[in-house]
Amino acid sequence: MNNLTLIAGLLMLMAVAYQIGLMRSRAVARTDSERMHSRPVYYGWLVALWCGVPALFVFGLWSLLEPAVIRSIVIGALPAELADMPAQQVSVLMNRLGHIASGFGVAGEVAPWEAAAAEQLTRLQAISQLAKIALMASLAMAGVLMARRHIRPSLRARNHVEKVIAALLAICAGVAVLTTVGIVFSMFGEAMHFFSFVSPMEFFFGTTWNPRFSTTGAGGQGEFGLLPLLWGTLMVSIIALLVAVPIGLMTAIYMAEYAPSWLRSVAKPVIEVLAGIPTIVYGVFALMVVGPFFASVGDMLGIQIRATSALTAGFVMGVMIIPFVSSLSDDIITQVPQSLRDGSLGLGATRSETIRQVVLPAALPGIVGAFLLAASRAIGETMIVVLAAGNSPVLHANPLEAVSTVTVTIVNQLTGDTDFASPQSLVAFALGLTLFVITLALNVVALYIVRKYREQYD
Amino acid sequence: MKMISPDVIGQRKESSEVASKAKMSARSVRVFYSEVEAIKGIDLDIMENEVIAFIGPSGCGKSTFLRTLNRMNDTIEDCRVEGTVTLDGQDIYDPSLDVVMLRAQVGMVFQKPNPFPKSIYDNVAYGPKLHGLARGRGDLDEIVENSLRRAGLWDEVKDRLDKPGTGLSGGQQQRLCIARAIAVSPEVILMDEPCSALDPIATAKIEELIDELSSQYSIAIVTHSMQQAARVSDRTAYFHLGELIEVNNTEKVFTQPDHHLTEAYITGRFG
Amino acid sequence: MSNETLSHRSIIQARVAKSLRKRHARERRFRVFGLAAVLAGLAFVALLFISILVRGLPAFWQATITAEVYFDPTLIQLEPRPVPREGETPQAFSEREIAWQSQLTMVNWNRILENSIIALKPELANSRRDVRALFTSSERFHLRDLVGNDPSLIGQRVTLDLVADANVDVWVRGNIDRSLPDSQQQLRPAVRALADELRAEGVLNIKFSKALFTNPDSRSSPASAGLAGAFMGSLFMMLIVIFLAVPVGVASAIYLEEFAPRNKITDLVEVNINNLAAVPSIVFGLLGAAIFINWFRLPLSAPLVGGLVLSLMTLPTVIIATRASLKAVPPSIRHAALALGASRVQAVFHHVLPLAIPGVLTGAIIGVAQALGETAPLLLIGMNAFVANIPTTPFDQSTALPVQIFLWQGNELRNFFEARTSAAIIVLLTMMISLNALAIWLRKKFERRW
Repeated sequence: MNNLTLIAGLLMLMAVAYQIGLMRSRAVARTDSERMHSRPVYYGWLVALWCGVPALFVFGLWSLLEPAVIRSIVIGALPAELADMPAQQVSVLMNRLGHIASGFGVAGEVAPWEAAAAEQLTRLQAISQLAKIALMASLAMAGVLMARRHIRPSLRARNHVEKVIAALLAICAGVAVLTTVGIVFSMFGEAMHFFSFVSPMEFFFGTTWNPRFSTTGAGGQGEFGLLPLLWGTLMVSIIALLVAVPIGLMTAIYMAEYAPSWLRSVAKPVIEVLAGIPTIVYGVFALMVVGPFFASVGDMLGIQIRATSALTAGFVMGVMIIPFVSSLSDDIITQVPQSLRDGSLGLGATRSETIRQVVLPAALPGIVGAFLLAASRAIGETMIVVLAAGNSPVLHANPLEAVSTVTVTIVNQLTGDTDFASPQSLVAFALGLTLFVITLALNVVALYIVRKYREQYD
Repeated sequence: MKMISPDVIGQRKESSEVASKAKMSARSVRVFYSEVEAIKGIDLDIMENEVIAFIGPSGCGKSTFLRTLNRMNDTIEDCRVEGTVTLDGQDIYDPSLDVVMLRAQVGMVFQKPNPFPKSIYDNVAYGPKLHGLARGRGDLDEIVENSLRRAGLWDEVKDRLDKPGTGLSGGQQQRLCIARAIAVSPEVILMDEPCSALDPIATAKIEELIDELSSQYSIAIVTHSMQQAARVSDRTAYFHLGELIEVNNTEKVFTQPDHHLTEAYITGRFG
Repeated sequence: MSNETLSHRSIIQARVAKSLRKRHARERRFRVFGLAAVLAGLAFVALLFISILVRGLPAFWQATITAEVYFDPTLIQLEPRPVPREGETPQAFSEREIAWQSQLTMVNWNRILENSIIALKPELANSRRDVRALFTSSERFHLRDLVGNDPSLIGQRVTLDLVADANVDVWVRGNIDRSLPDSQQQLRPAVRALADELRAEGVLNIKFSKALFTNPDSRSSPASAGLAGAFMGSLFMMLIVIFLAVPVGVASAIYLEEFAPRNKITDLVEVNINNLAAVPSIVFGLLGAAIFINWFRLPLSAPLVGGLVLSLMTLPTVIIATRASLKAVPPSIRHAALALGASRVQAVFHHVLPLAIPGVLTGAIIGVAQALGETAPLLLIGMNAFVANIPTTPFDQSTALPVQIFLWQGNELRNFFEARTSAAIIVLLTMMISLNALAIWLRKKFERRW
């Protein structure tokens, strides 16, 4: 019986429990003179919950702990000479044992101790499965019996059920928090693992990025300097902001202050289409259209512009965040009270004077917040730079040359190869942690500024 | 609402006799918001150096009419104005006329104090700087000081000119807005319920100020408070559903209104 | 009025008048900048779509050879397909079945393909290699499957549309410079001449090809590479997102908006969700690699893992949208329900939530669309592996549509795959635009003003 059928069985059991609760409450209602507190469905639900929830809880806990427990028992029973094997080899061995146990077939001879261990593995798994089923079944039964016995008019079934519902909702809300915790811990853990190979000083202040391949052996450890990547990220993001901020801000101003309503109703959704296009599409667009265009412009001007360069990636990324900047700025500009505009226009200011000298200064904090959010978008963007930045992790200041960024390097170091033991792939987590911290800081500051700004005009 | 006692109305009698020449004239002015006619043909003169009050029930068009006088309605989409409005005999809706110029001559003070989120000094200096009125920093300082003095705010703010204007109290903010308006030396000042957001003491100060300013400016004031109209104005115009029902000396309007609607309104039968 | 003030006013008017021309010029410039910015935005949208359509649309049509194929019984020596015998164990039957299948595969299908052209041009009988180069290599499996499904074809002549090799497609369409010397051409001179000849005779045509929609990716036979595998992968992931992220997101939003006490902890959760929405997608990929792959040992490249990662990524979007639409339901509705004796749970589930459903749906669809277009996190959980099968369960190896685009844009056969990449983009964008249109339609249809 696999887990899916187990859950299905439990659900069926819950349906039965629901019926039991329903019937029982009706029976009680007939014999008892007192009025039932809740409608019968709630008693049904209560019994069903008592049937399902404890069993499910056990199931979850069991599934979580089972592999580790079995693994430690199997490892404990291995021949003594294997006791101090490095962690990496242990996991390789466990995989091998798993394959032997499942009859999947493995390379090489199966040693007698391996066969014994595999047999033990199979046995333990079977025992564990049986124990799990037995425990779940008895819990479900006990739950049903107990809940059924408690059904009487004074039982506030609805309140109980609603408490469970609220708890379930709260658990769901916890998932988002758990995700953050997961991100922080997994990032942090693996990054620490990485720092056991490479010192943090070397990583954060190194100016050379040359990780070498993990296949060159343990001796061929490369250099993991973050600075060239950070610089590349910064360069691409600045170019993106140089494109997106003027266009996005002017678009927002024009839409909010000048455009007739028909133009607004047409142009706004069209520009927002840009925000919905997947980044891979921008990447391909950069690679096929924008890069060659820049290169040919460079040819015409007699300067060398690489088709894949910081300029190409930054420009296309800028186009991508135009709607982001413009819709955020638009929100913020329209929040500036009309009375300020009237005050300025009433003094004989032209519209542009009003915008530049009254509206924009009033909206400045909000707009700065919007820019920070846009910057954090640009820094975390991946596909455009993977395709169009040229992947050259070298410190240089020329935007017409290829660069590499933090995100590109994460992809390069971890793609396809999830060997979690070499610094070459673990470095991705250190990079990810850096990226996470930078974008988080930008966001926290930006959201704080925007919130303060909103409160000012509320 | 109470009847206005006659002794209040007498206050501005002497100065009201000075008014003679029309500063602004409106002739058969009609205003439409898309298809809705908000103002239905109004003829009205605003004399030189007079204070004229516009009263009437909410939605009667008095604010809309006020806004046609410096073309603030231009900023509203689908608002259309018909008829003529002249300033010193010149049609202000003439396409060749520059609205910037017009608004420099016809200033406006709004219902809610709306100081810019800048320093007190910059609030007052805003208009003069835009219009290039000051020759140098000293000149500008002088304009700012004069305007604040005339608005009766100088003594209260002279030590904190660089503090934000939004930090002042409501009444001070409104006087700052008046100072801001007179800093560009307008000829007419339009006031749209300038005291509706203020407490009685601040209101009294503004009313005093209006009285003071009327020696140099024509002032049109929209107000909800009949007492205020009676206290500050030389003439009063009563608006009803987009029409001008009656305009006359304030004393006359409040003591012997010609029209039964005016009477009904000032005696508080509706409002 | 004194003369002094009169002259003062005329000085002022003169000064204002003097400044006007410059100020109006500045106003006009500003306005033009604004309009230019709007037009630039619109132009980017137009440029993007036009360049993709221009490049991608031709890829829906492919060089196709229409020829009469003779299923020559002398070449196809095949026993009748085995049927289960009485008393036969399933194992024994499946062994016979496999034997038959391998017999089917062993047939020289290439020769049958070649013969279809040689029948038209007997002079080519000695240059079979050139003839074979016309067809994309998977066409032999096409013939095999035809016969496998219907053995009665043996001995018949059937006119079929056969997909030409990618290089032939590139050549006949002129997507490669025809004047390049032989050393730089992808096809031998004889094959090029043959292709041109067949084109002129109307045997080789550019026809609408459904390979793009029905086939999985292929390396050995690029002309038949399709999106079906990636599409299924994306579909599985979207289903997982719909069944995980949407209910969990809606439930969280309900809790936070309707039940949670206002205190430091819920404030923290709120800040946390807002920031989670702005975490770069690639970080979710790292999370998936560390937790799902490394910790839980879930299979690499599986839509299951991809779906989980995308669900976590979409969660904040759904929560934020749902909360916004719950907030928009006026409190009077809640009060009315509570005043009638409904519990809070009942008030929320019977009254508030149904009113908020349009907003919830819109948010959910936008979240799903976002997940559909996401690439970066999938690369980190191995979904960029080449997969030649159409996945049938969420546990199978698979790619996704955006990842397929990524893989194709990197294909060495540039002048063929550039169009194919753009075509894949067209498919992806069509799906995303339909999803967004659905969201807009729902919003318009159920929009409610309070």
